[in-house]
Amino acid sequence: MAHFGQNNLRSGPIFVARGLTKVYQMGQVQVQALRGVDLDLYPGEFVVLLGPSGSGKSTLLNILGGLDTPTSGSVRYADYDLSLDDDASMTQYRRSHVGFVFQFYNLIPSLTARENVALVTEIAENPMTPEEALALVGLEQRMDHFPTQMSGGEQQRVAIARAVAKRPQVLLCDEPTGALDAQTGVMVLDVIARVNRELGTTTVVITHNAVIAGIADRVVYFGDGLVARIERNEHKISATELQW
Amino acid sequence: MVKAIDRKLWRDLWQMKSQALAIALVVMCSVGTYIMFLTTLGSLRATQDSYYRDYRFAGVFATLKRAPEPLRQRLLAISGVDQVETRVMANVRLDMPSFNEPVNALMVSDSGPHGLNALHLREGRRPMRPDEVVVSTPFAKAHALQPGDRFYAILNGRRQALTLVGTALSPEFVQQLRPGSVFPDYKRYGVMWMGRRALGQAYDMDGAFNDMALSLRPGADSQFVIDRVDELLKPYGGLGAYTRRDQRSHRFLNQELEQLGVLASLFPGMFMGIAAFLLNVVIGRLVAMQREQVATLKAFGYSNIAVLWHFLKMVLVIVVVGVISGTALGVWLGHVLSGIYMEFYNFPYLKFSLQPGTVVEATAASLLAAGAGAVFAVWRSANLRPAQAMRPEPPGIYRESWVEKLGLRRWLSQPTRMIIRHIQRRALKSTLTLLGIAMACGIILTGLFQRDTVGYMVNVQFGMAHREDLSVTFTDPAAYRARFDLQNLPGVQHVEVFRVVPVRLRHGHLSYRTGIRGMEPGGDIQRLLDADLRPVALPPDGILLTDFLAKLLDLRAGDHVVVEVLEGNRPVREAVVAGLVKEYMGVSGYMDLAALNRFMQEGPVLSGAYLSVDSAQLASLYAQLKGMPRIAGVAGRMQEIRNFNRVMNETMLFFTYVATVFAVIISFGVIYNSARIALTERGGELASLRVLGFTRAEIAYILLGELGILTLFAIPLGLLLGEWMCYYIAHKMQNDLFRVPVVLMPRAYAFAALVVLVSAILSGLAVRRRLDQLDLIAVLKTAE
Repeated sequence: MAHFGQNNLRSGPIFVARGLTKVYQMGQVQVQALRGVDLDLYPGEFVVLLGPSGSGKSTLLNILGGLDTPTSGSVRYADYDLSLDDDASMTQYRRSHVGFVFQFYNLIPSLTARENVALVTEIAENPMTPEEALALVGLEQRMDHFPTQMSGGEQQRVAIARAVAKRPQVLLCDEPTGALDAQTGVMVLDVIARVNRELGTTTVVITHNAVIAGIADRVVYFGDGLVARIERNEHKISATELQW
Repeated sequence: MVKAIDRKLWRDLWQMKSQALAIALVVMCSVGTYIMFLTTLGSLRATQDSYYRDYRFAGVFATLKRAPEPLRQRLLAISGVDQVETRVMANVRLDMPSFNEPVNALMVSDSGPHGLNALHLREGRRPMRPDEVVVSTPFAKAHALQPGDRFYAILNGRRQALTLVGTALSPEFVQQLRPGSVFPDYKRYGVMWMGRRALGQAYDMDGAFNDMALSLRPGADSQFVIDRVDELLKPYGGLGAYTRRDQRSHRFLNQELEQLGVLASLFPGMFMGIAAFLLNVVIGRLVAMQREQVATLKAFGYSNIAVLWHFLKMVLVIVVVGVISGTALGVWLGHVLSGIYMEFYNFPYLKFSLQPGTVVEATAASLLAAGAGAVFAVWRSANLRPAQAMRPEPPGIYRESWVEKLGLRRWLSQPTRMIIRHIQRRALKSTLTLLGIAMACGIILTGLFQRDTVGYMVNVQFGMAHREDLSVTFTDPAAYRARFDLQNLPGVQHVEVFRVVPVRLRHGHLSYRTGIRGMEPGGDIQRLLDADLRPVALPPDGILLTDFLAKLLDLRAGDHVVVEVLEGNRPVREAVVAGLVKEYMGVSGYMDLAALNRFMQEGPVLSGAYLSVDSAQLASLYAQLKGMPRIAGVAGRMQEIRNFNRVMNETMLFFTYVATVFAVIISFGVIYNSARIALTERGGELASLRVLGFTRAEIAYILLGELGILTLFAIPLGLLLGEWMCYYIAHKMQNDLFRVPVVLMPRAYAFAALVVLVSAILSGLAVRRRLDQLDLIAVLKTAE
């Protein structure tokens, strides 16, 4: 069982972000989402990005995942320069290395759980079978259900299975429990933590719920487009111990 | 193993089946029209070609007074001539036992199974004995004649009993038209064939001929042949040889096929164009709504191309369903329609030809249009960074609408302001939808205008210009006193006489074969009309030309035109164009009767007369005329109107009927899709309003109010557009036989507008039903 420790820190960061800024044009308003973020992330670590809504954490996550590009600054993942606006290499990066979990699941409504996972395994290089992935999140009994036939927690677990089925190096989760009640949220976090533990996937979870910080190796506090501070959890707890 | 992404494709299609069906219907109708028109035209052309070839339709024709048979050898010796057929032709009067009115026929000597213009025997056999005839099949049908039946004919003034031994069709008489008439009337005019010897003896043409036809070798110079033939025939009263192009039946057939060709190029073009536009708009919007799914697929590493291909496949399925059903429908309708035309044109058989190219074109056009719409929309979504595409679109920049700025604001409720601002913000999208609905409205009008036009033409032609009850033509030019003979017949109220001279009009290198009609000045039965349909007075000198003829010859009032007379001494003279007259059918020249007689250097000579008749005495007048040997033919106006209407109904109107039905389907398909897309686009917003306490009726008003406003603006625009398309069609269809004016009755506009309105209401109701089932809770839960 791989567990995150000092060794990983010594092997060098997997993500290196320097001076990241991002400005959005929202209608007639300009929004400065990131104002110069420096951050390193290491292989296999479990990071929670904590901050109020609008603090820029989703923007950072999107840039790390190759869903968006920074306005200025640099960000690298291994050999990929994520600050370049190159659609083909971004597509390749997402396809090979990244798994996403979104707040609203973003399942394809016309596909069953199994098919939603297959959507990704069919284009991945060394994937699990959809059945394995769904078993990992405890949904082996619900594989042929459509999203509308499942609860929110179940849908989010399908989304996690879909994200990890390709065996990504990185798992990026944007408010994965935001739309769920506490009990279901804990179950979902437990799955995410297990994936991090068992597959050694570098995991970044965004939340504005400070309680969740307890399950991380490191907690990055966000505020107003900047990293406010970074804390290391000396006593990491398991997801099942969380309460809110 | 079906890929997950393909499963998504099929399930999504199933989800939007009613919209997909509506789009497929639009494709079906446009492809169907395209294929129907083009296969019909192609089949008729192929049939015409093969019929002409198989039955050796001649290339050059000439009529003359009388020439000895040995002249045939000299005709045959002309360089470029392949085969020569000398023959005897005569216009005869018939006495049909059970038909009271005068009947005329063209009697032609049979040229045998290997001659030119060979007969296609439908029933019976060729004539062998002197009293035997073969009659044209449609004439036999009109009189229910069968081999063995007998009737009487007046051959060269002698009444003779004839026995029908067969019925036949001939490539030379595909259209069997009485001279001077534009429409076939098989009850009163027919063609029949007799043995050469028998007919020759009856007309003092034993060992002689008064008509000839010849075929040309490939590559022969037809003008050279014509000049040589004219030279040879001149001493024998030749009336000028002419090519197939000027042969009456061929010319009529060709012009009709050309008009069909115009319709066949315009209607399908318009339908394809409009359907393409609609497909583009509808599919573009449909795909644009999948923005979030595009982003999700991209987030998981699907490339732009893969996403594009996915949505393209979705469109492809819809289009392919439309193309296949449209092809089947088009082929079927083309078959039906070709069959109708085959009957109408008396073709002995039909060569049905479906060109693969036609199907390919229709398919390609549909695919291209739909594909372009899809590609454009997908590309727009795919090119957004996934992070951006996954967020709901930023709230649009709304402004006060100009309607509000005009100061109408306080009259507008909040929902009405929403509608107006929404339309204004999505100006392009709103404009495209409006244009789509307008086009659908327009094509309905194009289907309707010909129907109204036909009525108008009848009214002008027979109500304002040719107002005679009967027209009578003499076998040979008659002395002026014939007028009084007619005047004295029972029931005749008024007589106007005329003289017709066959001519070739020349202006520079342009020429046209037609007739000059000499008319009585101040006539009340026959009137010439100017461009505003006011009667034109005959000038004492000079010639009036049909406006279209003047255009063909590039002549204006005051110009000189060369007149080559094609009978008698065949004088060639100049005349001044005194003015132009408006006519919708045929083209000719008109002169004062006395001036024409002077021009011809002849005495007061007549070709025929127009009569107005007491309708109560019509029957007895017919009987009297039937007994007058010098009267070649009698035509009744009512009969002409009936013939006109029948021809129109059998040809043009069938087309336009089909086109109208398709236009209606297209218009419904468009409007329904617009409504459905609007619902999907704004479902979330409307559900939020419901949550805020708006009633179902109120949100329905917001959604459908937009469609309503667009529809109301689209209708007048569509009518305008339709009118313009009608003018375009009319302009394209004009030729020397017909000029179709654009006449649109209020009911045509009303019908087009009504179809659009009803489509809008039905679509609105369908959407309203879905609107009532909006899931409020789900709306609040989702990101938007």
